[in-house]
Amino acid sequence: MTAAPPMLEISNLHARLSDDGREILRGIDLSVNRGEVHAIMGPNGSGKSTLAAVLAGRDGYEVSTGTVTYLGRNLLAMPAEERAREGLFLAFQYPVEIPGVNNMYFLRAAINAQRRHHGETELDAGQFLRAVRAKLKLLDIGEDLLQRALNVGFSGGEKKRNEIFQMAMLEPRLAILDETDSGLDIDALRVVARGVNQQRDPDRAIVMITHYQRLLGYVEPDCVHVLQGGRIVESGDKYLAVDLEQRGYGPIGDAA
Amino acid sequence: MTASTDTLQTVRELSQEGYKYGFVTDIEADEAPPGLNEDTVRFISAKKEEPEWLLEWRLAAFRAWQKMTQPNWAKLQLTPIDYQAATYYSAPKQSTGPKSLDEVDPELLRTYEKLGIPLREREALAGVAVDAVFDSISVATTFKEELGKLGIIFCSMGEAVREHPDLVRRYLGTVVPQNDNFFAALNSAVFSDGSFAYVPPGVRCPMELSTYFRINAAKSGQFERTLVIADTGSYVSYLEGCTAPQRDENQLHAAVVELVAHADAQIKYSTVQNWYPGDAEGRGGIYNFVTKRGACRGSRAKISWTQVETGSAITWKYPSCVLEGDDSVGEFFSVAITNNRQQADTGTKMIHIGKDTRSTIVAKGISAGRGQNTYRGLVRVQPRAQGARNHTQCDSLLIGGRCGAHTVPYIEVRNPSAHVEHEATTSKISDDQLFYCRQRGLGAEDAVSLIVNGFCKEVLKELPMEFAVEAQKLLAVSLEGSVG
Repeated sequence: MTAAPPMLEISNLHARLSDDGREILRGIDLSVNRGEVHAIMGPNGSGKSTLAAVLAGRDGYEVSTGTVTYLGRNLLAMPAEERAREGLFLAFQYPVEIPGVNNMYFLRAAINAQRRHHGETELDAGQFLRAVRAKLKLLDIGEDLLQRALNVGFSGGEKKRNEIFQMAMLEPRLAILDETDSGLDIDALRVVARGVNQQRDPDRAIVMITHYQRLLGYVEPDCVHVLQGGRIVESGDKYLAVDLEQRGYGPIGDAA
Repeated sequence: MTASTDTLQTVRELSQEGYKYGFVTDIEADEAPPGLNEDTVRFISAKKEEPEWLLEWRLAAFRAWQKMTQPNWAKLQLTPIDYQAATYYSAPKQSTGPKSLDEVDPELLRTYEKLGIPLREREALAGVAVDAVFDSISVATTFKEELGKLGIIFCSMGEAVREHPDLVRRYLGTVVPQNDNFFAALNSAVFSDGSFAYVPPGVRCPMELSTYFRINAAKSGQFERTLVIADTGSYVSYLEGCTAPQRDENQLHAAVVELVAHADAQIKYSTVQNWYPGDAEGRGGIYNFVTKRGACRGSRAKISWTQVETGSAITWKYPSCVLEGDDSVGEFFSVAITNNRQQADTGTKMIHIGKDTRSTIVAKGISAGRGQNTYRGLVRVQPRAQGARNHTQCDSLLIGGRCGAHTVPYIEVRNPSAHVEHEATTSKISDDQLFYCRQRGLGAEDAVSLIVNGFCKEVLKELPMEFAVEAQKLLAVSLEGSVG
């Protein structure tokens, strides 16, 4: 039995800011297989969010060297919306407010864009509503949140829950959670973690980007990587995270 | 009934001209010579077989216009208009229009397709003289019969002058006088045709009155004149224009719309303006100078203006409400888009005269490309208007770094009990918003369209349902190419 190729294969990835040419990612290597949950940890400014942005195709970064293969395709050649339609989901650290755009309406437009891409028929309002109700319980989200304008006036916790709810609806192949735990109180963290855990699936990979070990106490990762100075300087199992919590990021940083 | 006769007449003329190919008709008979003087005004009035009083009315307007100069206070840059070079009356000619859709600008057709406009309507809109005209006749006739049973009059202005001269004479120019402003005076002197509606006391008009059903008549729209009267306790909703870009050779448009709402009457007037905006470099395009005003003549009368302005190279337009009756209400909901080199200077005037009058203004300006968008609005509270209230909300959205948004509110309050509120915001579609949408699978243009529709939501929801759906599509089409 041959092993399936990794879902995501990052090799020697270098990326800089388009603005000032500052290099943020300095040779990232990372393999993620389907079914796995990876945690990427690191101090502020280590390049964690840049990695998420580059993978999702955000403007403002230039990849100078390196390759990213996603489901056998060159990810970096795909526009952001195509990456999304091919199942790459980014849960934002700071979900964006879009006034006047109904949360449900937005989500349905997103799902239907994805369905069109895959040659499937679009969901009508009724089908969509049924799908929504089925997933709502998962995240303890009231329907009123769905009737509000997208992220407008949402509390920090509501925004993050809404991100996870979108993830549940869009059923991505690869979900990247960018600091999803930041700014959450313990109850909200539990709810979000439960949502993530319920979406663990043999066909789905999850990459959690986080500063703290705290989320990892609720969502147990298969692999933990430490990102520092734009490189992965250490990889290990879940115990690495506990270790880091005790000794801090400092020593590795000095070595790097 | 005569509106259809008009149309029949036109169709007959057209087909005769078609048959008589090569035959040169006496141009003098169909078209006024270029230029504008008293003879031109007399010519137009005679052509339309108007009564003496209307001729005198036009001449008074013309004399007033001669003493006026084109206003230049708006934030608009335009090439000087040579009023003596224009032609002020011409009968519909088939020769100027394309013979079939094959001859129509493919760009225009592509837009029709995106807007989902039926084939026959596309032909009519593009100015192809076809059988579609007959469809409008039958539609118009059906509607007229139904409306007639309720005593509602809905016809062309020309027909109203002939069939209902007393009504026309009683109301024409009472809201927008002949000498109101330069463009209104010009319109009063040379207006070609337009629409007339009268709803009798206590009648609720059962359908949206729409110029859409009279596409052919709307073609005479260069100096259109519209008069809508809602008698005591009546209600009417009037739709003007349509979402499809209309082909038109006339560069200068100067329309006048007058609304009169008596006590307890309500008029809802919705416009979608999508005249040719010129090309990306600003060549061509309609200059649209419109005077629209409604008078709430009686207590508790209400007038609502809703406009979606996406077309024209130049838009100069301030639909206004004169709140004479106590407790009368004025509303203005507006979306104005400028893309490429378009310029819009648009807003409203709310004149509070009666006691406890209320007005609401919601204006949304969207600028893209090198478009310039100005909101200009006046709220005036007269000394007698005890307890008057106004709330104004004025939001501008910028797309890209080369466009402009400007807000120029004028507030004049002469009664200390008045409450006047003005809120204004300016925002950009941020890269963050676009990326968020794209990360969820929406294409860049769909994302812009979604964000813009959200921005305009408060206004779009004021439009009648069908119109609103079309307007949403139109917003998307108007902003095409506005993001890299």
